[in-house]
Parts: sequence; C-alpha cells; structure tokens
Amino acid sequence: MIDLHGFGHQLLLGTWMTIRLAFAALALGLALGLAGALAKSSGAKALRWVGEVYSTIFRGVPELVVVLLIYFGSTGVLTAISGWFGGGYIELHPFVAGTLALGICFGAYATEIFRGALLTIPKGQMEAGQALGLGRRRIFSRIVLPQLWRIALPGLGNLFMVLMKDTALVSVIGLEEVMRKAQVATGVAKAPFTFYLAAALIYLCITVVAMTVLQLLERRAYRGIRRSHA
Amino acid sequence: MDFALIWQSLPLLLKGALLSMQLVIVSGLFGLAIALPLALGRLSSNPLIRAFPYAYIFFFRGTPLLVQLFLIYYGLGQFEAVRESFLWPVLRQPYWCAVLTMGLHTGGYIAEILRGAIQAVPIGEIEATRSLGMSRATAFRRIVLPRAARIGLPAYGNEVILMLKGSALASTITLLELTGMARTIIAKTYTPVEIFFAAGAIYLAISFVMVQLFRLLERRWNRHLVRS
Repeated sequence: MIDLHGFGHQLLLGTWMTIRLAFAALALGLALGLAGALAKSSGAKALRWVGEVYSTIFRGVPELVVVLLIYFGSTGVLTAISGWFGGGYIELHPFVAGTLALGICFGAYATEIFRGALLTIPKGQMEAGQALGLGRRRIFSRIVLPQLWRIALPGLGNLFMVLMKDTALVSVIGLEEVMRKAQVATGVAKAPFTFYLAAALIYLCITVVAMTVLQLLERRAYRGIRRSHA
Repeated sequence: MDFALIWQSLPLLLKGALLSMQLVIVSGLFGLAIALPLALGRLSSNPLIRAFPYAYIFFFRGTPLLVQLFLIYYGLGQFEAVRESFLWPVLRQPYWCAVLTMGLHTGGYIAEILRGAIQAVPIGEIEATRSLGMSRATAFRRIVLPRAARIGLPAYGNEVILMLKGSALASTITLLELTGMARTIIAKTYTPVEIFFAAGAIYLAISFVMVQLFRLLERRWNRHLVRS
C-alpha cells in the first residue's frame, strides 16, 4: 500500500467501513423495497397509498437531507422516549443513522424496480400455482421471488452503484469511512488534493469490483434462460 | 411539530431554495455544453479520440459527487500554480466551485444519455439523409441531433432531478442553498425535525414542478409520435 504521509492504513480502514455501511444499507433497502413493491401492488387501498407515499417522498428528497434528518432528528425523539422510561440522553450511532437513511432511500427506488418486475411475471403462473393447491406464501416464495430476482437484478445493480457513492454522505455526520478518513488526514498532512484523489480512486476500485460481481450474478441469474441479443 | 416555527423560517428557506435552483440551472447549462463534445468523442471511430471521453465519464460516474466537490474546492488550492493563476479568484469561491463540480459531474452523465440517444436514432432515417445527399454535418445538425434530443429527453429529466438532490451537497462547502440554510437555522433553533421536514417538502415541491415541466416539454416535442 502506498504510504500517503502515513495515512494509507487509515484509508484502508475507512474503505472497510464504507463497504460494511453499503452492505448494511443494501440489506435494509432490499427488504424495504420488496415490502414497498408488495404494498404498492396490494389489493388494499391503504397499503397502496403507503407504498406510493414512501416511494414518492424518498425519491424526491436529497439523500443528504435524509441522513441529517435521521441523525439529528432521532436524538430528540429517542431521548423523549427514553425519558418516559426514566432514561437519559440517547444518540444514534452514525453507522446506524447512515444505514437507516441510505437503506430508506435505496428502498424507495427499489420499490419501483421490484414493482416493475412484479408486473412482468405472467398472471397465469400464479393461477397455475393456485390450481396446484399452493398457498399464497408458497406461490410468492417458489414462483414469484426467484423470477423477481432475475428481472430486478440489473436495476438493483445500478442502485447499488448509487448507494455505494452515497455512503460518502455519511462522512458529514462523522462516520469514519473513506471520506472522513481523507478529511482527517487532510487536516494533518495539508495535502487535500492527494487525499481526496486517493479516496476517489478507492471508490473507483470498489465500483469496478462491484460491476464485475454484478455481471457474474447476472450471468448466474440468467442461466438456462434464452436472451435476445438486442 | 412546531408549525409556527416552520412558517417563520419559510422566507429564509425559500431564499435558499432559489440558490439551489440557480445552482441546478447554471451547472446544468454548463453540463449540457460539455456533454455534446464528450458524447461525440465517445462515438468516434478513432480509439485515441474515444479514450479521453471514456476516462472522463468513467471517473465522474464512478466517484461520489462529494469527493469531486472536495477535490475541486479544497484540493485545487494545494497547487501553487493554481493559487497564482488568474483563475484563483474564481476557484476560491464556493459558489463557482459548486457550479464547476456539478457541471462536470452532470456533463458526464448527460454525455452517456446523449450517446445512447444518438445510437438509438433509427438507421433508416440516417440512410435517408444520405440518399437525399445531405453532408454528414448537416444531417447531424438537422436530423440526428433533434431526434436524439427527443429520445434522450425523459432520461435527461431524471438527471436534472438527481442534480437537484445533488445540489444539497453544496451545503458542505459553506453555501447557503436550501440544505445549508436549513442547517444554519437548526444551529440556532435546534429543531432538526421541523426544519429538515420543511426543507424536504420544498425539495419535493421543486422536483414535482420540474417533472411536470419535462412532461409538458416531452408532450410538445414528441407530439408527432402521439397516436390519437
């Protein structure tokens, strides 16, 4: 590793934090996205409305505002709740706040992708499941979900790239990821261009690796499926 | 939720929103201007000409906007040559750094949209220009580019919304746009929930208006495609 005024190791630690944050937010976001898509295509009007409001709001508000709102806003709410139980001041850890904020934003976009994917699954397949006597949950997990994954994968891959870059925003609330480490190093070594360029290169490396992995995943998801070569 | 406080801070927040929109529009025009040559370079048959736009787009799409902003605002000052150049009075100001970064960033994205749109122009229409004896430049100006603009318009509308959200990052380099203004008010009143809620609502309103504007433009530009 290049020494970088002795901060190379710190940047690597930050990289590990960035990766952990991205995957934590991905897990939350996928769950929220799937729930949002099911809500939006549900028969109940109230559920459809909840899904609609969720995906509209969090696609229209900047991620930075969501990060700041959750980090600073949660303190007041959590402290009030803990006050009822005789507790004191509570603050969310930046990692938790970042995961929540990025996961919620990811979920709002993922809602649309999953919903679009749901629409492509022929209704006849679900009817066939019913005819075979499968329960609704079985139909979803055995017939719908495996195909949903394949159809949604390219879109989700793009979202993951965006998510990966958005992790940089969590440096604003002090989480020690790549950007924050670069900022701290800049304060000591007075070489901002060097450190921010190093951070940029780290993000580029993560992007390249993620792209390669996504291609492999896509190839795996599409095994046994004929694709037209447009 | 203290609505009186939201009402009180509204004038300041709207002032911030004005700066947000200004950032989006100025950087958007700058981005459009650099996107066209980038897209054309990317489509060139000469690999040497293709290489630069490819690297440019790869860098600006592969790294976070925040990193690019800090590279330009904090980073450029590291070089003696930049500090002594005639550009320094401009590059020292957060406003121009934000415009420059956002413009370079969105330029990379628009270039890809434009490239995709140019490649999506039906080959038959281009052959038709050949058979009419148009030169390549004339055909590009009169047929290919206007067609590509219509094809790329929906994707471009999305990109503008993304830039509106990206403009919030300008608050990290001390600009008092909507998010920066909200943070300043919160530092005084310590009411993060109310003020960020209000700021979020204003962002939603602006993006709603933008989506409608693009929809209108799309309907106007693509009216020949509408089947009655």
